[in-house]
Amino acid sequence: MAHPHAVDPVLPKPEAAAGKTILSSAELARVVDRIAHQILEKTEGARDCALLGIPTRGVPLARRLAARIRAFEGIEVPVGALDITLYRDDLRLRATRAVGRTDLPPDGIDARCVILVDDVLFSGRTVRAALDALKDLGRARAVQLAVLVDRGHRELPIRADYVGKNIPTALTENVRVLLSEVDGTDEVRLEPAA
Amino acid sequence: MMTHLLSAADLDADTATLVLDTAEEMASVAGREVKKLPTLRGRTVVNLFYEDSTRTRISFEAAAKRLSADVINFSAKGSSVSKGESLKDTALTLQAMGADAVVIRHAASGAPHRLAAWVDGSVVNAGDGTHEHPTQALLDAYTMRSRLGRLDGLSVAIVGDVLHSRVARSNVLLLHTLGARVTLVGPPTLLPVGVDSWKALTSYDLDAVLPGADVVMMLRVQRERMDDAYFPSVREYARRYGLDAARMRMLPEHAIVMHPGPMNRGMEISPDVADSPRSTIVEQVANGVSVRMAVLYLLLGGLHK
Repeated sequence: MAHPHAVDPVLPKPEAAAGKTILSSAELARVVDRIAHQILEKTEGARDCALLGIPTRGVPLARRLAARIRAFEGIEVPVGALDITLYRDDLRLRATRAVGRTDLPPDGIDARCVILVDDVLFSGRTVRAALDALKDLGRARAVQLAVLVDRGHRELPIRADYVGKNIPTALTENVRVLLSEVDGTDEVRLEPAA
Repeated sequence: MMTHLLSAADLDADTATLVLDTAEEMASVAGREVKKLPTLRGRTVVNLFYEDSTRTRISFEAAAKRLSADVINFSAKGSSVSKGESLKDTALTLQAMGADAVVIRHAASGAPHRLAAWVDGSVVNAGDGTHEHPTQALLDAYTMRSRLGRLDGLSVAIVGDVLHSRVARSNVLLLHTLGARVTLVGPPTLLPVGVDSWKALTSYDLDAVLPGADVVMMLRVQRERMDDAYFPSVREYARRYGLDAARMRMLPEHAIVMHPGPMNRGMEISPDVADSPRSTIVEQVANGVSVRMAVLYLLLGGLHK
């Protein structure tokens, strides 16, 4: 879902020459609020929904979305984590990766609208792996995708239903999402690749 | 992770913990509708078993299949080994067939180490003679951690035929690495020469050890490996070193009873103890599949050198 703030003026921080802030802490909170509203709108009040975060940073994002939905409408949306390591298509290209945690909501995902949550949408391969993992865990009624940042450069026919911010990037750049639960601070940065 | 799993001594605390943590995630697959992961699709695992085994072979087979690897079972009976083929020639055959991992069980201690030098793939020691059985030690550690919540500081008694036990040796190595205190208990004839150099205490008196144990692991008396009289009679062995209901009551309330199987019921363990809620014997089998999935994933899941 493209939205009109894709080219927000961004003020580069003079002290951080190695990158620039795309979203500040307050902006990030507003973006999460907006996605929560969009989910409520698009899913008729989050009816039969479940939020599944993709580790690492998708999981706290999913929890934040659930908390905002609770604050706005008093609705409890089940939250879980879906680790996709064992479904990746690039396992053989790198040293063995550690497996993350998968935690499904107690009622499972059968007949639910599952909203996958991740921090950055890039090639689309993580989401492809998540779809494969999901089909082994049950049969969701529908699957949607919410991402904080869409940075483009898709390699698969995959599109997000909810996008916090579209950031046009070069392949040589890195989008870094920092969340207080993991990194101690909230910020989205665009950095030149190391 | 390393290329092979030959000895429990190859695992440092971080790697061993990684295996156990990975196994925890693998365990959730057993409870799912689709008990399969696509992770090792297109990889070939050969089970090379020179010694009889049901649970270990089936456990490795189930683990490999749950990860979508292709499994080739090779047992020495009914193969060209009975025509006199050497281990090395068998290894070269497997190599030519493109085995990514070879799981080997052999009566000769050290056979997996030899094999590792001959094949390109990963070698997993599934029991070599009276030497080692590292995946058994990992699944035992996993079982202790899931029942008791930790390994560090646990007091573990390993009881019985330590002399012939590869399970005991691997357990002492791994449990020491993970911070548990092991006491080996058995008649003097069944404790190996040089046991004082092991990182474990020893005792001949089971009744003295039980009240302080968090875990008591009963070993099978391996009569098929005994070429001598190690104890006067089965009855006398059972009376001094067998775990029966009366002895089990000497254990602390939270303590668990383990056995790697197969059991000699009535000898090292009485049937009522084996079937009691404190016994983890059936759990150990289920945990074995998860732990072996973790080992196969960590050996084969990444870039192959």
